[in-house]
Amino acid sequence: MSDKNEKNRSVSVDKDERRLKPIPFAITFLVMFALWLVLSGKFDAFHMGLGVISCLIVAAMSSDLLITNTTFSTIPGLWGRFLMYFPWLLWQIVLSNIHVLKLVYSRDPLTRINPQMVYFKSRLKNDMALVTFANSITLTPGTITVALSVYGDYAVHAIDDTTAGGLPGDMETKSGHIFGE
Amino acid sequence: MIVLTVIVGLLMAVGLFIFLTAAVGMIRFPDFYSRLHPAGMIDCMGVLLTMGGLALFALFDGGISLASFLNFAKIVLIVVFIYITSPTATHAIIDAGMRAGLQPWTKKKDM
Repeated sequence: MSDKNEKNRSVSVDKDERRLKPIPFAITFLVMFALWLVLSGKFDAFHMGLGVISCLIVAAMSSDLLITNTTFSTIPGLWGRFLMYFPWLLWQIVLSNIHVLKLVYSRDPLTRINPQMVYFKSRLKNDMALVTFANSITLTPGTITVALSVYGDYAVHAIDDTTAGGLPGDMETKSGHIFGE
Repeated sequence: MIVLTVIVGLLMAVGLFIFLTAAVGMIRFPDFYSRLHPAGMIDCMGVLLTMGGLALFALFDGGISLASFLNFAKIVLIVVFIYITSPTATHAIIDAGMRAGLQPWTKKKDM
């Protein structure tokens, strides 16, 4: 016990940070074990036992990396809203894919495209909302996020005036809505 | 079963057409930054359609069983991970270009 305490003191000053939290640990374990079952596909005792041991070790080491927030009541609503958002995002991806496809096969692409940098400030505050919005921009062909600051300053590279004009648009409101903004 | 084959074939044909479009776009567009836009089409639509076709085929061909569901789940996981990592990789590569000081091609320079 004294050995363990000394180790804790030398590694980190804050003991609360080092203590294993049960709920993040359980969630991490379940996610890891589900992934293990899907990837292994073997349901006998030996292979599942190996899975339990490995998942316990990994969850003990890295549960604070996967689950960083401390409130869990918001998680189901968050995932529900994300699942509502995803079909809309897919539809936007389809639309802009058709747009870029037309540009690629146009007779003279160099006159049709107009590459430009778009700078704007988002009103989103939540880090995850900012990242989700940035990833959504990059996933949509025709716009790529170049830079993003923690204060919500975006720099986006757009391929032509149509895709540049669509920023920030509905996507900002909708990705903000996932995280309750 | 013929319905399944037609749907899967259609999905994969459209997906491969997107791949071809992306390759053509990478040749026809003028500079590094604008070439990343058609490359991004592979990440989203190309992968979604081809992997979606494969996932449907894995799930329904030969009847739904545990093994076929596991194959389906693995293919879905591929799409999920590509959707998370590929925008990050695209962002990393465009950010590297900006930091290195490569100026984007603009129309005004030519006129």
